[in-house]
Amino acid sequence: MSFSSRSCIETMPISGKLSLTQHSIFSKKKGLLGSVAMSAPRLNYLSGGVMTDSVAQSQALPVVQLRNVAKSYDGQHALTDVSLDVQRGEFLTILGPSGCGKTTILRLVAGFESATAGVISIDGKIVTELPPERRNVNTVFQSYALFPHMNVFDNVAFGLRMKKRPAAEIAIEVRETLRLVQLEGFEARMVGKLSGGQQQRVAIARAIINRPLVLLLDEPLSALDYRLRKQMQLDLKHLQRKLGITFVLVTHDQEEAFSMSDRVVVMNNGHIEQIGTPVSVYEEPRNLYVARFVGEINIINAEVVELGEGRARVRAQGLDVFMRTSHAFHPGEKVHILLRPEDLRVETLKDLAEDPELEDVFSRDRSLVGTVEETIYKGATYDVVVRLDAGGIVTATEFFNEDDETVYFKASDRVAVSWVEGWEVVLPYEK
Amino acid sequence: MKNDGFFKLAVIVGVISWMAIFAFVPNVLVFLASFSSTSSANFIEPGFSLNNYARLMDTTHLDILLSSLRLSGLVTVICLVTAYPFAAILARTRKPLRNTLLLLVVIPFWTNSLVRTYAMTAMLNSSGIVNNVLLFLGVIDSPLAMMYTPGAVVLGLVYTLLPFMILPLYAALERLDRRYLEAARDLGASPWRAFWKVVVPLTMPGIVSGCMLVFLPGIGMFYVSDVLGGAKAMLLGNFIRDQFLTTRDWPLGAAASVTLTVLMGLMLLLYWKSAARLGRKEA
Repeated sequence: MSFSSRSCIETMPISGKLSLTQHSIFSKKKGLLGSVAMSAPRLNYLSGGVMTDSVAQSQALPVVQLRNVAKSYDGQHALTDVSLDVQRGEFLTILGPSGCGKTTILRLVAGFESATAGVISIDGKIVTELPPERRNVNTVFQSYALFPHMNVFDNVAFGLRMKKRPAAEIAIEVRETLRLVQLEGFEARMVGKLSGGQQQRVAIARAIINRPLVLLLDEPLSALDYRLRKQMQLDLKHLQRKLGITFVLVTHDQEEAFSMSDRVVVMNNGHIEQIGTPVSVYEEPRNLYVARFVGEINIINAEVVELGEGRARVRAQGLDVFMRTSHAFHPGEKVHILLRPEDLRVETLKDLAEDPELEDVFSRDRSLVGTVEETIYKGATYDVVVRLDAGGIVTATEFFNEDDETVYFKASDRVAVSWVEGWEVVLPYEK
Repeated sequence: MKNDGFFKLAVIVGVISWMAIFAFVPNVLVFLASFSSTSSANFIEPGFSLNNYARLMDTTHLDILLSSLRLSGLVTVICLVTAYPFAAILARTRKPLRNTLLLLVVIPFWTNSLVRTYAMTAMLNSSGIVNNVLLFLGVIDSPLAMMYTPGAVVLGLVYTLLPFMILPLYAALERLDRRYLEAARDLGASPWRAFWKVVVPLTMPGIVSGCMLVFLPGIGMFYVSDVLGGAKAMLLGNFIRDQFLTTRDWPLGAAASVTLTVLMGLMLLLYWKSAARLGRKEA
């Protein structure tokens, strides 16, 4: 599988960064120590083969293309120079904090706003000047925007009626679409009488009945409670696979983005910071912003000592450590070392001294010594907060032992923190 | 807490007794009077007869009723057609300008409407501003006779009643979530169809209350017809006023009043019924 997906990615238009990140995923083998790291996003990757297949089928033409698109409102920049290709059949998520311009992208594609600069094309045709009703995309609105004066049937039938399809045909299609979203028998209900989750599904049915090329979803799950949201995430993903429609989802929820998408677009302040699979965005963040926005991260400042083939010797915390990097650093340059909490391993100095076997598997030459500040219970895992002797604080996530459900570390324990070479990300220094 | 309760009670009792004394009792009196008869000695001879209503069915009276409904209907349509776009623009205008425009709508209320109606004569009469301007521009050779025509009455009524149409429409359009419009366009509706399928139904409460606020007073605003339409009784309001003040046939005036009230009530009922049926069909 790794071979085929690699070869297809190399033929993609944006192959540059993506193939690089893909390579490193496959090269990045995680052994016994990596058990914690096999959490949601990685599991998702294993089941996410659909993306690479569907991309391979249609490498010819992205279904939506944004080229140097900018949008400003009264001189305020909402988007600056955004270029993005949405591949046919993929589930793409635009992720970012509120006000980063992610909804603006969706509204530009839908046609509710017109771009200040740049070109948008759908299915190869430039749509920059086309009104929403003449674009083959449909939107699921954040607050659903179901027509309150109509019942479920009329809401779902609206699009087909606008196309002047025969009534009998409409009736059949509405019934089928409602079955798809598990709302059979709800035809005659007024939409105001439905629960949030049901309204959500009517909104989805109303959009997909038109068989759009792209379904645009504007934070569609944000109004639902946690449990329902989880369920709808799964349902949406299954629906997308079943229909084969391209989904573009906007969200500020990193977990949602990772668990649903084939690719994630991380946005910040009106521009794109990184595009990639959930795994590549999580494992190989391109800068500190992305690293911080998707999940917890430890950042250690360091200085490059010397450079080798894909490797660098770096001085961090008074320690010389080898790291893998493809960046072209020069000796003396300041860098950041990024480590996910679940990639860190913590052992007490006492255990290391007593158990020579442990010392063998523990990467001694890269261990940072410090004192446990506190431990935070998280249910399935717990966090160990370590104050390093050389300054700075790192957080490591630990699993409970199968036979021991107690938190192993105590405050003021003397510990060493280490990780496997290659699990770190080295980034140029940012202020 | 206790004071609060007293205040609440005082307000409720105050409003109810005000309504009872100045609205309910007079209406009951008018209702009773409509079944009485009149004599040279008394304006009202108590009794019960449907004679007054029978007299109303006379063709001249029916003509007044019909022409009055027609006139007021025309005024309502003109108000609706002019107020809707204005209210729509108003609802989309940004804050400072919007408040200024709203103020302009409300300013005429500061002057008594009778005074404003007289001011209309200064605009419309043969040596009025409109004629002078048209003469000066050479559009016409001799002054147009605009005063004392049905047209002048319609103009006066539209002028007086337009704000009553604008304000409820503005309220409805301002509350209308723009996302409904976007959703309609997104689903393939042209702006025109989105307007008819989504905007009009969703602003229907505003349309209906605006029409009620224009149509019903339009039937009764006798002074506009008096000042701009001359002596001809064009509105039901004029007829009723004449019965009470000129002809001194109070029972007939009362019967006309009751008829007008019942007519309005029927229209409201009809609207509710149709709205309910619409709701049932969809439900």
